Amino acid sequence: MFDFVSFIPRAIMQGVPLLYGSTGETLTEKSGNLNLGIPGIMYVGAISGVIGAFFYEQSAGSNMNGFLAVAIPLCCCLLGSLLMGLLYCFLTVSLRANQNVTGLAITTFGVGFGNFFGGSLIKLSGSQVPAIVLSGTAGYFRKTLPFASGTGAVGKLFFSYGFLAYLAVIIALIASHILKRTRVGLHLRAVGESPTTADAAGINVARYKYVATCTGSMIAGLGGLYYIMDYTSGIWSSDAFGDRGWLAIALVIFTIWRPNVGVLASFLFGGLYILHMYIPSGMNLAVKELYKMLPYVVTIIVLVLSSMRNKRENQPPASLGLAYFREER
Amino acid sequence: MDISTAAVQMRNITKTFGPVVANDKVWLDIYRGEILALLGENGSGKTTLMNMLSGIYFPDEGTISIDGREVVIRSPKDAFDLGIGMIHQHFKLVDVLTAAENIVLGLEGKLDLKAARERIRGICDAYGFEVDPDQKIYDMSVSQKQTVEIVKVLYRGADILILDEPTAVLTPQETDKLFAVLRNMRDDGKAVVIITHKMHEVEALSDRVAILRHGQFIGDMPTKDTNAQEMTNMMVGHAVTLNIDRPDPVDPKPRIEVKGLTVRSIDGILKLDDVSFTANSGEILGIAGISGCGQKELLEAIAGLQPVESGSISYIEDDGTREELIGKDPLSIAEMGVSLSFVPEDRLGMGLVANMDLSDNMMLRSFRKGRSLFTDRKTPRQLALDVVEELDVVTPGVSTPVRRLSGGNVQKVLVGREIASAPTVLLTAYAVRGLDINSSYTIYDLINKQKAQGVAVLYVGEDLDVLLELADRILVLCGGKVSGIVPGRGAQKRDVGMMMTKLGGDAHE
Repeated sequence: MFDFVSFIPRAIMQGVPLLYGSTGETLTEKSGNLNLGIPGIMYVGAISGVIGAFFYEQSAGSNMNGFLAVAIPLCCCLLGSLLMGLLYCFLTVSLRANQNVTGLAITTFGVGFGNFFGGSLIKLSGSQVPAIVLSGTAGYFRKTLPFASGTGAVGKLFFSYGFLAYLAVIIALIASHILKRTRVGLHLRAVGESPTTADAAGINVARYKYVATCTGSMIAGLGGLYYIMDYTSGIWSSDAFGDRGWLAIALVIFTIWRPNVGVLASFLFGGLYILHMYIPSGMNLAVKELYKMLPYVVTIIVLVLSSMRNKRENQPPASLGLAYFREER
Repeated sequence: MDISTAAVQMRNITKTFGPVVANDKVWLDIYRGEILALLGENGSGKTTLMNMLSGIYFPDEGTISIDGREVVIRSPKDAFDLGIGMIHQHFKLVDVLTAAENIVLGLEGKLDLKAARERIRGICDAYGFEVDPDQKIYDMSVSQKQTVEIVKVLYRGADILILDEPTAVLTPQETDKLFAVLRNMRDDGKAVVIITHKMHEVEALSDRVAILRHGQFIGDMPTKDTNAQEMTNMMVGHAVTLNIDRPDPVDPKPRIEVKGLTVRSIDGILKLDDVSFTANSGEILGIAGISGCGQKELLEAIAGLQPVESGSISYIEDDGTREELIGKDPLSIAEMGVSLSFVPEDRLGMGLVANMDLSDNMMLRSFRKGRSLFTDRKTPRQLALDVVEELDVVTPGVSTPVRRLSGGNVQKVLVGREIASAPTVLLTAYAVRGLDINSSYTIYDLINKQKAQGVAVLYVGEDLDVLLELADRILVLCGGKVSGIVPGRGAQKRDVGMMMTKLGGDAHE
C-alpha cells in the first residue's frame, strides 16, 4: 500500500521551493521579463542566508536568540536575491541586453557564487565533511505549531511544516490577488502584454519591470533559503539544490501564469519529483531515472494542450523576452 | 472659454532621429471648437509632431503652450493631465484585456471596474458610441477597437483629441459614423486634430488645415478657402494632377480563372465561400470589401500560400493552355509570373524583413538565382537604388534597415520590388495603405504601366473612391462570398458600399 501520510508531506516540502521560484518567476514574466536567472538567484538566496546564519551561529555560540536566528538569514537572503534581480534589471531593462543571454549568465554566475562561498565557509568551519551544518538556525526555521505533533495524520498533513512553507502559500495567493484584482496588477499585465500601450497610458514601464523583477527575485530567493534551512535541516553542500530552479520555471508554464494554481501544482511537481523514491523499483536504476522525468513530461503535455486550445488568456505575456525602448522606430 | 487663444501653441519644434530631421522648427496652433486637419506626405513628420504633444517623444527644441501657459510634456501621463488624448494609428490596446480594463489602464486609485463600466456607458450615451465594456479586445473589429480608443481618451477627460489616420481601416459607413461623433465633440467645445491623407475627408470634415512638408510647417488656412488641388500642391511642393488615369484595357484575355473557391482558416472559420471570377490580362480587377472579408485569403490562395478546401484556380497562358495552381507550391507559382505584394496592417509583417537593409530585402526575391556559390549582391543593390530613385523613397541610403523608414517608404520598397519582378499576374493588397497622395499616385501609375504591358492586376483596396477611379471591374466581397462584380466605369460609391455590407446590396431595390 502506498503510504500517503508520509508521501504527501514530503511532496509538499519538495514543492515549497518550487512554489517560491514559480511565484517569483510568474511576477517577473508578467512584466515581460523572462528571467532565466531564477535557478542562479535561488542559489544566491540560499547561500546568502547560509552566510548570515553561519556568522550569527559563530558569534552567538550557544545562547542564540530565536528572532535574530530567523531574521538575519532571512534578510541576508532577501538582500542577496534583490541584488541579483537588480543586476538582471539593469542589464535587460536599462541597457536592453538580451534577456535569455543575461538570464543564463546569471544562473551560471549564481550557481558558481553559491558553490564558491559554500566552499569557503566549509573551509572556515574546518569541517571534515564537505558540508556546512547549521542545525541551530534550522531548528528555529523548522519550528512547527505547538499542537501539531499531537493531532495524528491530520497534523502531519497540515501542521508539520516550518513557517516558510505557509509563507510560500500566502505569498502565492497574495500575488494571485494582486495580479487579478488590483490596479497594480492590471498595469503589470499591461506592461508585459504591450509596453507601448502601457507607456501611452502613462504607466512607468521601466519602474514596473524593475519592481516586479526584483520582487520576483526576492521571492524566488526565499525558495533557496527554505530548501537549506527547512528541507535539508540546515545542511549546505555543493550543488545540492540541483535543477529545482529550472523546474520552477517549468512550473510557471504548467500553471499558465497563475500563482494560485501554482500552490497545488507545485505540490504535484514536488510529488512527481520524489515519486521515484516511493516506487519499488528494486535494483533497476533506469526506472528511477524515468520517474525523475515526470515533471518535465507533464510540463510538455501542458504546453501542447494549452497551445492546442489556443485560448488567448493562456498564452505567455505577449512581449515576454523583448526589451522596450520608447523611441524605437 | 476664450476661443481666440489657441488651446495648443507649438513653437519652433524640432525633433531628429539620428541623421533624419523629422520636424524642423514647426509652428502650430490648435483651437477649441474646431477640427484641424494635419496634412503632409509620408515622412513629413505629422505623427512625430503629434507624438510630441502626447508625450511619446520629447522635442529636441521648441516650446509647447497649453491655453497660453508654457508646459513641459515628458510622458503620456503629463499629456493626459493637460487634457491631451491621442488615438494612434496602431491602436494602443492590450488584446487580452476587456474594453473597460483598457480604458482605465494607467489611472490612479482603487480598481473599481463596476464604477468604470457605468461611466463608460455614460460617455457612450452622450456621444453615440456602442461599446461593450466587458468584451475582450481580441474579439473586436477594427472599428470597435477604434471606438474603445476614443472612449478611453474621453474617459480621461481629454478635451484636445488627436486622431492619427483614423479612417484608414474603416468602411465608408463607419467613417461617416466617426465623423458624426467628431462633429459632436467639436460642437462640445473640444479641439480635434485629425491626420489623414484623404482629401475628400479633409474637405468634408475639417474647419482648418495645416500642412507639413519634409518636417517643415508650410502653412494653414480655413478649409473653405482652399481646395484639394491647392492643398496637394502645398503638400508636395509642386503642382500635381489629381486624376487617376484609367486607360482602356488592351486586348484582355482570361488569365486567372477561379471557380467555386472555398477556404477555411485554421480555426475552421469559413473565409471564402464558393468564390468564382475571371481576371483578365491587361485589366485591373479591383476587389472591394470590409477588411477581413476574405481579401487576404483570396490573394494568398492564388499565390499558393493558403490551403484550399475546394474549388479550382486556373492559370491560362496566352495560347490557351491551362494550368491548375492549387497544389503547387508558392515558389513554382511565383516562377510562373504570379507576384503577390500584400501590405498588411502593420506594413512589415509580410514581404519585408525589418532588420535587413533595402538591398537585402530586394535580395529576398532573387537570392535563388544564379549558379555561383555566392549570392549576387550587386543586382539587388542596383534594384534598391532604382526603387529609391523612382519612387522617391526617403532614406539615408540603401543600407539602412527597413524598420527605420517611415511606413509609407517601407511600402514603396515592397511594392517597388514586386513590380520589378516583371510579373504576368500582380496581386496587390492595400498597396497605398497609409501612403500620401503623391506616393499613391506614383503607385497607381506603376500599376497602370503594368496593366498596359498586359499584366492581370488584382487590386485589393480600402479606399472606395480610388477603386472606382482605377479599376476596370470591381469584385465586391461580403463575408467571404462574392456580393457582385460591377464595371468600374460608372459604378456608384453608394451601391458598392451597400454591396460590401450586404450580399448583393440593395442596388436593385
